[in-house]
Amino acid sequence: MKLKLMLFGITKEIIGQTEFEYKVSETVDVSGLKQALKADYPELSRIASLAIAVNGVYAKDDESLQENDEIVLIPPVSGG
Amino acid sequence: MIALTTDPIDVQDVINKASSEEAGAVVVFVGTVRNMTNNKEVVKLDFESYDKMAISELEKIVKQAKEQWPVRNVAVVHRTGELGISDIAVVVAVSSPHRKEAFAACKFVIDTLKQTVPIWKKEYFKDDEVWVSAYP
Repeated sequence: MKLKLMLFGITKEIIGQTEFEYKVSETVDVSGLKQALKADYPELSRIASLAIAVNGVYAKDDESLQENDEIVLIPPVSGG
Repeated sequence: MIALTTDPIDVQDVINKASSEEAGAVVVFVGTVRNMTNNKEVVKLDFESYDKMAISELEKIVKQAKEQWPVRNVAVVHRTGELGISDIAVVVAVSSPHRKEAFAACKFVIDTLKQTVPIWKKEYFKDDEVWVSAYP
């Protein structure tokens, strides 16, 4: 299935987009998504952390993903 | 009050929103843009945010603060976009009957905001630009 990913911070520069469609298996979970992304974009493994937000909430590694989820890559936050 | 804005923050307005007749104290944290990082001169900062989640994470933090301390009102405003030196990036105001809780809760809110809220700042130097904390 195709997931729509939104990017912020340094992930925009690493992947070169602010939003993109990413093809994954139907049964992928959050940890599978991270693994696939890191394989395609090795620089993602070098940043201090990479969290995934699904529909506006931090997601656990074993959470499964659906095609209509709003999925956001969250590199280390630095607000305040 | 919890808000994101691209406009300069009106600190008095945030204090007013945090105020309460039951309060004997209002503690305010003002986060400003510093002119130097690691001995390099900062030219400007650029803040971006995942808005809807920044708001919901701030709501969670405020709720936690109210559960942990007997505070009355908490107001948080974070600015995004381009900021210059000494511009105000964030204001956290907390009111409570006594100052001990207000200080503790205010510290908790800004400390936790810096760990969990999806806002990112890029630091611009003369010859370099860096996403703060991106690399270990």
